Amino acid sequence: MKWTINGHVREAEVDFRTSLLDLLREHFQLSGTKKGCNQGACGACTVLLDGQRINACLALAVQVQGRDIMTVEGLAEGDALHPIQAAFVEHDGFQCGYCTPGQICSAVGLAEEFERGLPSAVTKDLVASDIEPSHDELRERMSGNLCRCGAYNGIVAAVADSLGREVRR
Amino acid sequence: MRAFDYHQAVDSGQAVEQAVRRDGAKYLGGGTNLVDLMRETVERPEMLIDVTALSRDIDETDAGGLMIGAGVTNAAVAGDARVRLRYPLLSRAILTGASAQIRNMATVGGNLLQRTRCAYFYDVAASCNKREPGAGCDAREGFNRYHAILGASSSCVATHPSDMCVALAALDARVHLLGPEGERELAFNDLHREPGERPELETELRPEELITAVELPPLPMAVRSEYRKVRDRASYAFALVSVASMVELDSNTEDETIADVRLALGGVATKPWRAWQAEAVLRGQPATEETLAAAADAELAVAEPLSGNAFKIELARRVMIAELSQRIVDARKGGES
Repeated sequence: MKWTINGHVREAEVDFRTSLLDLLREHFQLSGTKKGCNQGACGACTVLLDGQRINACLALAVQVQGRDIMTVEGLAEGDALHPIQAAFVEHDGFQCGYCTPGQICSAVGLAEEFERGLPSAVTKDLVASDIEPSHDELRERMSGNLCRCGAYNGIVAAVADSLGREVRR
Repeated sequence: MRAFDYHQAVDSGQAVEQAVRRDGAKYLGGGTNLVDLMRETVERPEMLIDVTALSRDIDETDAGGLMIGAGVTNAAVAGDARVRLRYPLLSRAILTGASAQIRNMATVGGNLLQRTRCAYFYDVAASCNKREPGAGCDAREGFNRYHAILGASSSCVATHPSDMCVALAALDARVHLLGPEGERELAFNDLHREPGERPELETELRPEELITAVELPPLPMAVRSEYRKVRDRASYAFALVSVASMVELDSNTEDETIADVRLALGGVATKPWRAWQAEAVLRGQPATEETLAAAADAELAVAEPLSGNAFKIELARRVMIAELSQRIVDARKGGES
């Protein structure tokens, strides 16, 4: 089986039972992606599949063969952090850090969804294409990522800031 | 997780052929429910036939509705400009379900066939008639806050967990199927079964039948449709009560009357619950608070509470009345513009 992981084509022969999460961590030693609940409830395993955020614990490796997978290890360019990573540092968007790779990958996916004008459950006008990234919007859109330290205020500030930066760029 | 074989289907016909050939085969959509259930050994397929690459389009129908391929992701349906404009309750229902990550993976076909989230169904150490026919039901006397007040039986009180399906129930969607005997269609409201004495049988699908598409009929009043979900936390939780609704008013008569209405409930029933009794009370009647209350009462007359969920009867009543009131207000505005 073959996948493109963080821009590199990787190959492995794995049991069909292997989740994408275990493939990344156990076969390719990409341990940035974390295993929290292993049942799709916590979001610690969030990665980007063809640019869209998913839970790696609920995807079978075999099912995403040939696809493009981005993990937290693939976001920075050399020593230059991705703007969302930098925003998490600046706003203390974490305490223990275990949920952070998932939070950051989720925020990257969120930014792309905003760019495409996609609504959320709290978007009043579903037809609108220009949706303001309000506090409520960000909390709703990040609800698939739990933080047991409760660093949500910093996380929301970081995501809001990074969206602003992207708009300004 | 038990070992299984994997096959990636290239078209629907070939997927069905493969399923016929192999005992214990299951179709695989996004996997967000099936993979989890396999990990718990609640599901033990011998082969997964991956159908996610099939039927990934949303097309206009000749009738003026939309045909949504079974492989389209939940996120793609919710984000589709046509769905947002013409069937906003469907977008809203999907967006209130699960998380962004799961909606990006989960497919339409998989959403229809997802299993209940009853904790006793998931726990292989508990008694569950749905998981193991004849074993008994630990939910009936257990923690049943999330369980059904409508459509339950002595053998099963598990709710259907989908939000999307509640919207489809209200929309009179149709389900397109392909099986060994060929194609057929089912009314969405005939797809899911009430548990009765056979809670392990959840749908009217025949062996090896594959859902290929969900068709939304044209429904002009759906432009002002909405979906409201009440739950224990603000996001990423299953419904305690949810209501899908739309109303068309007739303002030509002396008294403003309800010309047409669609109402469906989630979180309270063993299947996506079309509120037929309430609709029958509403149609042709004055758009007043009394009518709405009578309709909600008619729907809930047969509700049977369990030890931990009696609150759902009053909650469902209030949310139905509040939502219908709001739809009437919206319909008045719509009529003026």
